[in-house]
Amino acid sequence: MDWLREFIDKLIFVFIEKQRYMYIVKGLRTTVIVTLFALLLGLLIGIIVAVIRTAHDQMAESRKGGVSGVILNILNTVCRLYLTIIRGTPTMVQLLLMFFVFLASSNNKVLVAILTFGINSGAYVAEIFRSGIMSIDKGQMEAGRSLGLSYPVTMQKIILPQAIKNVLPALVNEMITLLKETSICGYIGLNELTRGGDIIRGNTFEALLPLLAVAAIYLIIVMFFTWVMSKLERRLRESDNR
Amino acid sequence: MITVNHLYKSFGDHEVLCDISEHIAPGEKVVIIGPSGSGKSTFLRCMNLLEQPTGGQIIFDGVVITEKGVDINKIRQQMGMVFQHFNLFPHLSIMENLTLAPIQLKLMSKEEANEEALNLLKLVNLSEKADTYPGQLSGGQKQRIAIVRSLMMKPKMMLFDEPTSALDPEMVGEVLGVMKGLADDGMTMAVVTHEMGFAREVATRVLFMDEGRIMEQGTPEQIFGNPQNERTKEFLSKVL
Repeated sequence: MDWLREFIDKLIFVFIEKQRYMYIVKGLRTTVIVTLFALLLGLLIGIIVAVIRTAHDQMAESRKGGVSGVILNILNTVCRLYLTIIRGTPTMVQLLLMFFVFLASSNNKVLVAILTFGINSGAYVAEIFRSGIMSIDKGQMEAGRSLGLSYPVTMQKIILPQAIKNVLPALVNEMITLLKETSICGYIGLNELTRGGDIIRGNTFEALLPLLAVAAIYLIIVMFFTWVMSKLERRLRESDNR
Repeated sequence: MITVNHLYKSFGDHEVLCDISEHIAPGEKVVIIGPSGSGKSTFLRCMNLLEQPTGGQIIFDGVVITEKGVDINKIRQQMGMVFQHFNLFPHLSIMENLTLAPIQLKLMSKEEANEEALNLLKLVNLSEKADTYPGQLSGGQKQRIAIVRSLMMKPKMMLFDEPTSALDPEMVGEVLGVMKGLADDGMTMAVVTHEMGFAREVATRVLFMDEGRIMEQGTPEQIFGNPQNERTKEFLSKVL
């Protein structure tokens, strides 16, 4: 049983000694905070951009010349520019630009990370939502409008609830990507989960155990996401039983 | 009730409606027949501006609804529409389907809306379906619910766009039955349909459309008994 003795000694050395496990605990906390708030920001941006883009594409011929038409045109152009830039450049570069240029005056690395990942995720979420909105039969919009409901109310009460249900799997995918992508925050010196493990590696010259622990934690969170969503999907499918 | 003056509608280069003028008086039941692609559905959809006309004027209840600045949502509340594919909201229960619009538009409180919905459901013999979802209903039931959904708004006029075309044959009767009941109650109706029996029995006037024009119109007796236009004769010989 020498190897077991050795293994436990190593565990104690790597994680317990000098309370090194705290790097991972604190890192996990930061990762969760960044992911959660970036996710919320991304969903908010995504829904707004998706609705603007769809409203623009569905705009009636007759309104194109009017004031609302012009405003919608401008908003749509801004949205498309946003999508092109965000999706066309690496997240890593966006993070560095944010930290060293745009928000250079801020010392709050967590905030920089939340904004970067929120803005980044919003672009992908927007296209996910837009595909969801487009997947809804146009008879739904017509039925809502023919009852006298306005475009925004029909969108909110009839189209979006169905669209979100349809894109839930794609949204979960985006959530998972977002969680794992926050691991690059180490590059701006933010002590998140991955960097926590890496610091332990540097202090102990043991690579396997700390990095394996970090990987396992990501895996568990992702599995938890998937589980929660499958529950939610089942509840939302309540109206589909035929 | 509704007056259409020199209505034009094109999709790109394709002219679907060409100089249509028509007046529908309160209480009239106008049935529009014609071959597919003749523009009858587009004509109907122009009446509540689901299609934006390219030219001409539509006056509903004294309001020129084709003018800029008209609150079309207010107008549509008074003009019910029933679609070929029902277009019920699949994520909402039948009760929510019926009460969503009146509650959202603050025409009724939740209690009033629920009560009204139950009354109307009783009328179409679907009271027990209030808490089910559209996916659990048959086509005929869905279409009856769709009609009730429009009636919740207490419209002055109802537009029917091929309401029985997507139904299995054995379900056509129950939907037409509800429509006849409405007609008997004095509802102003414009109906695009291929149900010639219904046209004959219920219509006060039949319009025959082809190539984006109203080719001929008259009472059901005139149109079905003694059609004048060659195209009308040809069409009727195929469908009767």
